[in-house]
Amino acid sequence: MKPPLAWLAVAALAVALIAAVAIFVADRRGAPLFPAASEVREKFDSVMGPVEAVISAPAHWGREGVNAVSAYVMAGSQNRKLKAELAETRFYGDQLNSLRDENARLRALLGVRTDPPLPMVGARTVVDARGPLSNTRLADVGADQGVMEGNPVLSEHGLVGRVIGVAPSMSRILLLTDVDSRVPVLIARTNARAILTGDGGPTPKLAYLRTHDAPQVGDRVLTSGDGGVIPRGLPVGTVVQSLEGWRVALDCDSAPIDFVRILLFRDFSQLLAPGAMAPKILPPLATAPPTPTPAAQAPAAQAPPPKAPVAKVPKAEVPAPQSAPARAESSDP
Amino acid sequence: MAAGAVQPLNPLRWLALPALACGGGALIFAAPMEAMGLRLPEPIFALVPAFAWAIIRPSILAPFALLVLGLFQDLLWANALGLWPLALLAAYGLTAMARPALSGQSFWTLWAWYLAAVTAAFALACGLTWLMAGEAPDLLGLGLQGGVTALLFPLAWRLIDAFEDADIRFK
Repeated sequence: MKPPLAWLAVAALAVALIAAVAIFVADRRGAPLFPAASEVREKFDSVMGPVEAVISAPAHWGREGVNAVSAYVMAGSQNRKLKAELAETRFYGDQLNSLRDENARLRALLGVRTDPPLPMVGARTVVDARGPLSNTRLADVGADQGVMEGNPVLSEHGLVGRVIGVAPSMSRILLLTDVDSRVPVLIARTNARAILTGDGGPTPKLAYLRTHDAPQVGDRVLTSGDGGVIPRGLPVGTVVQSLEGWRVALDCDSAPIDFVRILLFRDFSQLLAPGAMAPKILPPLATAPPTPTPAAQAPAAQAPPPKAPVAKVPKAEVPAPQSAPARAESSDP
Repeated sequence: MAAGAVQPLNPLRWLALPALACGGGALIFAAPMEAMGLRLPEPIFALVPAFAWAIIRPSILAPFALLVLGLFQDLLWANALGLWPLALLAAYGLTAMARPALSGQSFWTLWAWYLAAVTAAFALACGLTWLMAGEAPDLLGLGLQGGVTALLFPLAWRLIDAFEDADIRFK
């Protein structure tokens, strides 16, 4: 007897639900329990990246067209504004040159080692997930260009997020606003540390803020570099106050995030000279030759004296014992 | 319901085409479009067939189509895999349970029920995300996304109107 369709439909729903629960439990974003999930994501991003690049192309062209038209129409007012900015910048430029010179001399005086510039690659974002449950972007560069998971991502204004998935020619960026995003930051004025915690809204929270000096609205927020995932000093945003506490208005929100730069930053060992952290081979210890005992001296008088084992150590590498010169000095007279 | 517009229940037409349209809609709305600081809304298109399929008639294929649609959405947005399949299937299951009371109801009554299904799906997705991330998602953002999704009901109504009377066994 054939079971009624209604019962089969209920069974199908139950099977689909069980499958969904199993997939959800097996795949946790950031820590997949089965590696196949990561491969599926990479392949999906590789396929969807070019498709979305085609879909989003008209939007990019439209925006560029609007920008070109507005630049033409607003040329007069922009010219006046730029002249005023230029006059102001000349003043700051003189100050900058003076401070740069002073800074270089002080660094040389103190022997401060500056971080070398980090390599980076430019990318265009093609997919934008912006709901409250997910804030990610897909960028059109990947492992082929040297991008790795964890690399920080910047727009021209500030930190955007970090790379959480890499395919050969695509990479997935987790934005600072995502509910899974946690970034160690500091408040530039007070040096107070906090964790920038996304919740899907436009202004992430400042969680675990520990300081005696309370933040003020407008304080600059930078990355702290704690944990070694993101380098210190990248601009993040400014402090704003909400009903629930302190939040950060992100610098990167001041313009569309079309183009981004991915810093090819792995960890802080990358900032050292090659081989600086390599394990050192210590020189062997130089020991005095063994003193022959009286019992051993008698046969030794007949036999030729054995050669004392001397460690072959280059003289320059072995520091002279402190006590030796003192003994020599005292025995001289 | 407009009986004249009833179409035969061909799985390609009442299941495959709406599912493809939802996938296409999600792809288009995932493009990074922004004008004057405003970005495109990001509705959950798949909730439209999740509601409509449950009302049209019991189906074996519909839950699996929703599973695939939800997985596609999770991969597109880089959610935890299984998040939206669970939410869609929950909305579908709740609507299917209420189907005897919903068949033949007016546009506005069904819109209210659709709103309830959307709320249930978002509540589940929000709860699961909260559980996984340890951080409550932004309620204002959830409300906006849910509101935009609720505005898609006329599409669900159109799908129901086209196929509800096609299988007289489930009238």
